[in-house]
Amino acid sequence: MQQRDFDIVIVGGGGAGLRAAIGAAEQAKAQGASQHIALLSKVYPMRSHTVAAEGGAAAVTSAEDSHQAHFDDTVSGGDWLVEQGVADYFVHHAYQELVQMERWGCPWSRKDDGQVQVRRFGGMKTARTWFAADKTGFHMLHTLFQTSLKYPEIERFDEYFVLDLAVHEGAVIGVIALQIATGELTLLRAKAVVLATGGAGRLFRFNTNAGIVTGDGMAMAYRHGVALRDMEFVQYHPTGLPGSGILITEACRGEGGILLNKDGYRYLQDYGLGPETPLGKPENKYMELGPRDKLSQAFWQEQQAGRTGKFGDSDVVYLDLRHLGEKYILERLPFICELAKSYINVDPVKEPVPIRPAVHYTMGGIETNPQCETSIAGLYAAGECASVGLHGANRLGSNSLTELLVFGRLAGEQASQRAAQTEWADERLLEAQGDRQQAKLLRLCDGTSSEENWVELKHAMVQAMESGCGIYRTEEGMRHSLDTMRQLRARFNKVRVNDTSKIFNTELLECLELECGLDIAEASCLGALERRESRGAHQRLDEGMQKRDDVNYLKHSQVFYQGDAHAELRWQDVDVRFSAPAERAYGDAGKGEKA
Amino acid sequence: MSTEQISTNVISTQSASTKHISVKRYLPDNSTETYWQEYDLPVDDSTSLLDALNHIKEQLDSTLSYRWSCRMAICGSCGVMVNGIPKLGCKTFLRDYEGDIRIEPLAHFPVQRDLVVDMEIFLEHLAAVKPYLIDDNPVKPYDPNAPETYQQTPEQLERYKQFANCINCGLCYSACPQFGLNPEFLGPAALTLAHRYNLDSRDNGKKQRMAELNRHDGVWSCTFVGFCSKVCPKHVDPAAAVNQGKVEAAKHTLIALFKG
Ligand SMILES: Cc1cc2nc3c(=O)[nH]c(=O)nc-3n(C[C@H](O)[C@H](O)[C@H](O)COP(=O)(O)OP(=O)(O)OC[C@H]3O[C@@H](n4cnc5c(N)ncnc54)[C@H](O)[C@@H]3O)c2cc1C
Ligand code: SF4
Ligand code: FES
Repeated sequence: MQQRDFDIVIVGGGGAGLRAAIGAAEQAKAQGASQHIALLSKVYPMRSHTVAAEGGAAAVTSAEDSHQAHFDDTVSGGDWLVEQGVADYFVHHAYQELVQMERWGCPWSRKDDGQVQVRRFGGMKTARTWFAADKTGFHMLHTLFQTSLKYPEIERFDEYFVLDLAVHEGAVIGVIALQIATGELTLLRAKAVVLATGGAGRLFRFNTNAGIVTGDGMAMAYRHGVALRDMEFVQYHPTGLPGSGILITEACRGEGGILLNKDGYRYLQDYGLGPETPLGKPENKYMELGPRDKLSQAFWQEQQAGRTGKFGDSDVVYLDLRHLGEKYILERLPFICELAKSYINVDPVKEPVPIRPAVHYTMGGIETNPQCETSIAGLYAAGECASVGLHGANRLGSNSLTELLVFGRLAGEQASQRAAQTEWADERLLEAQGDRQQAKLLRLCDGTSSEENWVELKHAMVQAMESGCGIYRTEEGMRHSLDTMRQLRARFNKVRVNDTSKIFNTELLECLELECGLDIAEASCLGALERRESRGAHQRLDEGMQKRDDVNYLKHSQVFYQGDAHAELRWQDVDVRFSAPAERAYGDAGKGEKA
Repeated sequence: MSTEQISTNVISTQSASTKHISVKRYLPDNSTETYWQEYDLPVDDSTSLLDALNHIKEQLDSTLSYRWSCRMAICGSCGVMVNGIPKLGCKTFLRDYEGDIRIEPLAHFPVQRDLVVDMEIFLEHLAAVKPYLIDDNPVKPYDPNAPETYQQTPEQLERYKQFANCINCGLCYSACPQFGLNPEFLGPAALTLAHRYNLDSRDNGKKQRMAELNRHDGVWSCTFVGFCSKVCPKHVDPAAAVNQGKVEAAKHTLIALFKG
């Protein structure tokens, strides 16, 4: 087993991980220190899922806008489950981070006068979303990756699969990783570790996420006793392509696209989002620019009422862009045209695009304090894997790309400061934990025939998540999903990997990802079942639970891992220091109200 | 709003048929020999090659290895040779193929296992051209307390935008006969990336990059076959970038000569 020493280890090469690495390097430089930073990722960094983000990144930009307005949108969008101190920090640091990206070369779309252009986004009161055509995440990720090449102190470990954290006496001391190309383990000793491993959308069958978005980092921290917070909140994006779930960005609606049911009727006006806005004149927080949870729920209602159309075997509604005209569509939404043509053979210039909701974003994650530190000393988390508390019960589109930057940088800087004051732990401690991982891999690949098939388990997991923890939930459905996860976790112990080779064993990786998925799926189901109210993305059909209940549930759920036993849930107070909970209202109903 | 009923092309998921594909296997844990393996699988109009590989992995043969992630042609992971042509697996549809489909790892790269190739050299070439904004003496340095962007008009953006769309999939390297002969050749994507920054109105790093581009293994290795641009799944047109790069490199040499 190879062993290497680093001041800081960063797990994840997406937007959050790269920003953390650069942030740490800059922080060390500012302190006149030289720190050695390892950046590990199970795929080459530019393959990370940030690459798929289309729409944009939010920050208060225009003179008419204000930090207060961005804060209010975020807090009410999150149905008051947002940590308000965190949201306040976020809105105040968003703009400088987007400018920093610009200074690093990000090709933001521009106005004629050479200033950065902003677009409208759902749930945001004012146009404040920066974009790079409809490939914002792609351009951000490549800009960050390319910029990271300037820093020789960042050493990359591409295609290293991190298996576990090494923790000793309440502090992190390193990580254990599998080099995918060779199948060998590497121990990385560290003074601070940042987890930036992304979300967990692949827990669900129908989703907009890449295959690698399997919640590994969440499971790693969770197994070492860190709480997973607010895991019951999973965002459905209203517009995924039928079949694959590939995302059709919200920017389509920001640019003026409209949603129709099978009768060609703009049904959103029937769900508290009206009145109907004139064609080609989208208005923030009205109709198509309502928040995602409301739009996905409206789809479900239409489906129940039999007003959805069919595409293949999917129920769909339609996104109509035709009135925007070919030139505008091709300039602003070129990638959308390419995707719709390739994957469903529909040209958005000529036809309405059939769409349906798909699981998109994991609001919950590894609990951190406002400085991104977890309950394990020296362990930080940032990006979609983390729950720093920004999104509450429902994330607003375009807040998360900015989150990667604001909190990625903060986590990197914090890690750097910690590393400057900490010594490495005894290397034998790390070796012992490495041996345990080696033994586990040997057991998984011991060449005996598998009593359980991982493919079957995976399908059972995604099916149960979809049926029990979908857009609308019931006590019975969630209980069933939770029981299923518990059974599947037990069955996983009998899984063996058929492929026993060492070099590029992707079957082994899939099994390890599944094991992570099952652990956090249990946490997600448990949080959902115990939250006996409806809030943001968590909507129940059960009698007496269809409304928000601030008396009992203005609280974060925290789920704690208990090994083979059932996970445990606790409740945690929410920071509501600036804005008292109020009604979330959109369309005309939201007029005049502060948020 | 009109109340006409909406109808769109319905992709028939019902009309599934069976297709036969051959995959070149290489399992270095067991043997240094490569061999072809045949699979029959159900496909419909929307089945991509990546869907087919995932079907094989989950239902037929879990030992088959290949890379993928986004399944929407943006992460650049899934390049393979399809009947001898470099393609993205997730953007190749089996509906477009009659008869035999032969899948091999990307050409010109060392094979690690099955359809997985070693991309290290590609990454080294990218890094070699200093692919980041260089502005050593900015008029206004970045200040987080008073952040200010550069100005860049849509026209200035347009000059390099297309060249910034490269997803680093490496297909153009598999299409490039020069890279096949000489892996030290920086190759289409790296040269394109250098050109992208050279064209950016905010950048002053052209001089620093030129040294690398002007080497024998830089732009001058390109014999303008142009196949790179044909296979590029994102219409980046690396051949155009390399050609414009040659003009720049020649100018750079001339200027250096005059300055003596
Ligand atoms: C299709 C789509 C469109 C989106 N559009 C927008 C948008 O317009 N605006 C917006 O604000 N947000 C958007 N989002 C959300 C946003 O893109 C994501 O939340 C964000 O990119 C996540 O970034 P990240 O850095 O946290 O994780 P990721 O980019 O997912 O990166 C995770 C990293 O962790 C690594 N990793 C994971 N597990 C391991 C392991 N076990 N070992 C080693 N490495 C590991 C991976 O290799 C990867 O490098 C979109 C999301 C999707 C799915
Ligand atoms: S230039 Fe095109 S083919 Fe070459 S790596 Fe980039 S996207 Fe792929
Ligand atoms: S899987 Fe990402 S490009 Fe094909």
